[in-house]
Amino acid sequence: MTGTDRVVVPITSDGEGHDGTPGGGPGGRRAHGGPGEQGGRGGPGEPPETEAAWERGLATGLALLRRRLTGAYEVDELGFDRELTDDLVVPALRLLYHHWFSVRVRGLEHVPDTGGALLVGNHAGVLPVDALMLGVALYDEHPENRKLRLLGADLVYQLPFLSHLARKSGSTLATPSDAEHLLRAGEIAGVFPEGFKGIGKPFAERYRLRRFGRGGFVTSAIRAGVPIVPVAIVGAEEIYPKIADFKPLARMLGLPYFPITPTFPWLGPLGLVPLPSKWIIEFGEPVRTDGLPPDAAEDPMVVFDLTDRVRGLIQTRLDHLVEERGSAF
Amino acid sequence: MTRTVLVTGVSRYLGARVANTLQADPAVGRVIGIDAVPPKRPLGRTEFVRVDLRTSGIAALIESASVDTVVHLSLVATPAGAGGRMSMKESNVIGAMQLLGACQRAPSVRRLVVRSTSAVYGASPRDPGLFTESMEPHETPKTGYAKDAAEVEGYVRGLGRRRPDLWIAVLRFANFMGPTVDSPLTRYLRMPVVPTVLGFDPRLQFVHEDDGVDVIRRMATSDHTGLYNVAGHGVLLLSQCLRRAGRVELPLPAPLLRYGGGVARQAGLSDFSPEQLALLAHGRVMDCGKLERTLDWTPAHTTAEAYDDFVRTHGDGRNAPVEALDRLTEQLRAVMGR
Repeated sequence: MTGTDRVVVPITSDGEGHDGTPGGGPGGRRAHGGPGEQGGRGGPGEPPETEAAWERGLATGLALLRRRLTGAYEVDELGFDRELTDDLVVPALRLLYHHWFSVRVRGLEHVPDTGGALLVGNHAGVLPVDALMLGVALYDEHPENRKLRLLGADLVYQLPFLSHLARKSGSTLATPSDAEHLLRAGEIAGVFPEGFKGIGKPFAERYRLRRFGRGGFVTSAIRAGVPIVPVAIVGAEEIYPKIADFKPLARMLGLPYFPITPTFPWLGPLGLVPLPSKWIIEFGEPVRTDGLPPDAAEDPMVVFDLTDRVRGLIQTRLDHLVEERGSAF
Repeated sequence: MTRTVLVTGVSRYLGARVANTLQADPAVGRVIGIDAVPPKRPLGRTEFVRVDLRTSGIAALIESASVDTVVHLSLVATPAGAGGRMSMKESNVIGAMQLLGACQRAPSVRRLVVRSTSAVYGASPRDPGLFTESMEPHETPKTGYAKDAAEVEGYVRGLGRRRPDLWIAVLRFANFMGPTVDSPLTRYLRMPVVPTVLGFDPRLQFVHEDDGVDVIRRMATSDHTGLYNVAGHGVLLLSQCLRRAGRVELPLPAPLLRYGGGVARQAGLSDFSPEQLALLAHGRVMDCGKLERTLDWTPAHTTAEAYDDFVRTHGDGRNAPVEALDRLTEQLRAVMGR
């Protein structure tokens, strides 16, 4: 919060603005957790009249629009468009987060305030809604409003619209070099090692973790020397209960599966509405990697061992949380 | 002892600039510039020799002048620039083979700097977000410029094995950008209505022409070896480029654009090749840390600054949507009494 408050009234063309300090500008960001930010945020020199509030809002909106139209905003090397994410993507997801799923979050103290960490979660729900909700949880409820940099499957980057939207909202390809780049830069990266095996599993097998691949995520965390934070997500399994898989169509479309749910495709677009399940996201105690010898990243025994440990931690918490939650709706 | 430098492709803009910069370097005694066509710009103290790289004349020249540093910049990017794809390939690949063969035989040659391109990395959805020099392309380039560059790099590696005493540096440049750059990409970005791939917004990375010249000079007069990525800091999305220049974007589905690009190429209207289309969908960004650490140098222009410099020269200075917004803002201000 050290950034000098940006004066809002002049509508300038400078691309400066989102400087990464959470809550850095008076109108540029909403107060997290609720819409009541209009009062009481007047910095020194701002007129106290209430009438000015909407004018200020309008000026901010116009300045934003102008920045977008002139292309005078910044994206990072991996394509993360902070402004678009802050002002458009997260507000849209926030509605889903608060009003549809009413997500409960725990253990945020296990996510460091500064520096890199690798979040490893269980994956479910046909569409990666769990990844998006995890992002909102960190963004809104972590004291430092940390941004989640997701590591996604290559399919994401093949699909029109999804590919650039994914990059603009901070994700990149799940590949060792990108993961290490992000972690070394002190970012919070998020990965779902089950991949399609996890997200596309049938409803009957919900909350049973799939295999965690070769443990590439562990290697990246060791190399970057960052902790691994296991994350158990309850609620995603029920949003699109996959009762069958129409494989021929999936093959034709080049997709890993074509889900049949109680509502999809029977109800058409309406079937795309996720069921309003109850969610709990729990961040577990970090598994540290900085005490390991430098060659541990190349030692398959160490890597498999850590992979299994992280997987076990998540499974244990999942079993516990599912029981605690009770009914899914 | 001062260096005797041979610069290829000196009749093109980049070659001429590099030759001129090297003349001014106190470590360089003599600059010989060669090309198959006479230079269009004055070359100053550079001695121009008209040599077609595809012929063996180059070996005799290197030997008689006891050249110690060879800077190979001749790399033709488009078939139109060389009079057809066959002649482009000959000029790029056969030319490089002749030159490298001559370097191998000439004991005087100690230093070789070769211009390559980021296009050797290809562009695909399976690419990592940042390419480092040690990464292989996901798909080796199969066509055009990128394939030529990849083949030339292969021959350079071969030369390195046969002449381990040679200090060889290969520079993989991002797309050049700036007021005088004329490339398929700059021609594309100058179109009044710019067709883009629907649903994709690639990350692009540029190197300003001045920085490109500076890097080549620094490399030519040093003895660092290996592969180096060269680009300005930061990236621009294609959509950002077009908005900054006030161009109208026309998003088309990829198959339609591929077809249209083919037709335009046949008709000689555009130089747009399949690998450039892949770039327009998936983009490509390199990690240039190795170069900056090695030379202890940072580019003077970021990607965005290089592009803005290009727009200042080639833009029409207008941006209709922004002007409309500014008019609206003015009116609002007037209404609100400010």
